[in-house]
Amino acid sequence: MSSVTVTSRRARRTRPAAGPSMATRVRKQLTSRTASLVALVVAVVWTLPTLGLLVSSFRPSVRIRTTGWWTAFSSGDLEFTTKNYTDVLFGETGNLGEYFINSLVITVPSVLFPTFFGAIAAYALSWMKWSGRDWVFIGIFALQIVPIQMCLIPLLEMFSSFGLQGTDRFMTVWLAHTIFALPLCIFLLHNFMAELPGELFEAARVDGADHSRIFRSIALPLIVPALASFAIFQFLWVWNDLLVGLVFAGGTRDTGPLTAALAELAGTRGNQWQRLTAGAFVSMVVPMVVFLSLQRYFIRGLLAGGLKG
Amino acid sequence: MDDWQNKISMLGVGIAAFLGVVGLILLLADRAPKSMRERLQLLFFMGPAGLLLLVGLVYPALKTLVYSFKNSDSSRWVGLENYRWMLTQEDILIVLRNTGIWVLFAPLAATTIGLLYAILIDRKRGEVVAKTLLFMPMAISFVGAGIIWKFVYEYRSPRKGQIGLLPQVMKWFGSDLDGGAMLLNAPLNTFLLIVVMVWTWAGFAMVVLSAAIKAIPSDIVEAAKLDGANPWQMFWRITLPSVRPSVIVVFMTITIGVLKVFDIVRTMTQGFHETSVVAYEMYFQAFQSNDYGHGAALAVALFVLVLPIVGFQISQMRRQREVR
Repeated sequence: MSSVTVTSRRARRTRPAAGPSMATRVRKQLTSRTASLVALVVAVVWTLPTLGLLVSSFRPSVRIRTTGWWTAFSSGDLEFTTKNYTDVLFGETGNLGEYFINSLVITVPSVLFPTFFGAIAAYALSWMKWSGRDWVFIGIFALQIVPIQMCLIPLLEMFSSFGLQGTDRFMTVWLAHTIFALPLCIFLLHNFMAELPGELFEAARVDGADHSRIFRSIALPLIVPALASFAIFQFLWVWNDLLVGLVFAGGTRDTGPLTAALAELAGTRGNQWQRLTAGAFVSMVVPMVVFLSLQRYFIRGLLAGGLKG
Repeated sequence: MDDWQNKISMLGVGIAAFLGVVGLILLLADRAPKSMRERLQLLFFMGPAGLLLLVGLVYPALKTLVYSFKNSDSSRWVGLENYRWMLTQEDILIVLRNTGIWVLFAPLAATTIGLLYAILIDRKRGEVVAKTLLFMPMAISFVGAGIIWKFVYEYRSPRKGQIGLLPQVMKWFGSDLDGGAMLLNAPLNTFLLIVVMVWTWAGFAMVVLSAAIKAIPSDIVEAAKLDGANPWQMFWRITLPSVRPSVIVVFMTITIGVLKVFDIVRTMTQGFHETSVVAYEMYFQAFQSNDYGHGAALAVALFVLVLPIVGFQISQMRRQREVR
């Protein structure tokens, strides 16, 4: 509040006596113009790199190598193709199609499991009465920030001792993603769950319903938006993850995720832009669609304090 | 295409397992004997997550701490040797320095850009579209972002035409581009990687801060406007003090994200040319060089770097509670 009074006092001193003058109005309009211009420049700078890659991914490889993508629409250079995409998805050496399936197989269960485990734990932490509840919650809150690097080596040893081979290794990736997701998931869902009106639960208790029933028929339907926002988070996180996939699924075609294949491509064949451009977009399509169609839920999750590192 | 079917059936197994687990837990909770139903239900609800966190997070973290005092294959105690290595080896000192540069610049740049952009587009026409444009990189993986920006930085010798946007823009502005490939030049390359991070996170800062700006009581804003406050005064006296708590949260969140940056380095430079950071070096030492001792020590270093931020956040939370 003090800042307001300070402002007004100072403003009063400088303000011309007879209301806003012509000069002030002009200046105001100019500032608003400049503001829009600056915003526009930022927006363009933020969009151009992606646009450049998108345009390039449809250009023949010779053209990508020799001329800038900004010349793609000039008359001498006009030539577009989908060959890069077919090559990268189904070609002999590209084969990102397989990795795409891997990413899908990794992602779906890695979203489902933590969402459910998180939901029941969040319920237990907000509506069941037991001693030590608050301490457990604080502990889980604190676990959110433990870097996953702290757990990779022992977890990998543990999982290797299971002796899983081939596609069975997907299971260890699901498990790893589920474990790493739980602290954030419980924290987010608890925030939503704890804010549900207590009378609902008391009424149900009086009617003789037990926790299992209350969870299913009252809590669960009411936190569907929260479940959605966590699920989107987790989906984007797992689909875009490189570290967990690389450590637990490896980078090979039998279980490796799309990101691992792309990172490998960027490292070893950094000059084959026809592959990298198309490959990058293959990996971006799914999260983009999910993100654009469900942005509302995603933002709600962000504002509720959800973000995982 | 056998492979293909194998994978899809694996996905089926995963989904079936999920449904089975859900059904089993709810069934057990429903059928628990009356006498100890409450206790058993608590066990079924809290048990899975609790067990996973203890076995998969707490225990491994402690074990990593132990490993950091052992040699490369954890067969022998070496005391503080791994930490001495970390603080004396020249490569690793560069890694620590780089992490410092990241933490110093990336959160500040991302938060500032996000805040300014949020203010500039607030209540303007096309706000939704403008927001989406800046926010979009949040949906793109760091690997994808790395490739996008690698292409922006792509350098050709000046005799050939440039295909990277940045060298081309520099050329337009009259640079003769004799510096060679930008990603090979330390320490410039670290800053070029930081740009990618800022590009991804500015949207996050913008969305959170935009919500905070919209929550500023309109009577304060109106009063200041009536008093003729100019945009500059408006920003320093009204907007910034009002959104300060959100700015701090955003800044801290980005800082934690920056400390853990791995994918960008991996995609763009593989940590070569003096671009490695602690989170990447940890992976490299543990899983490429198979030296668990060094990897574990770096992981612990990462944890220690995150700690003060968490302490700060908790104290902030407590202060807010007291105000309430």
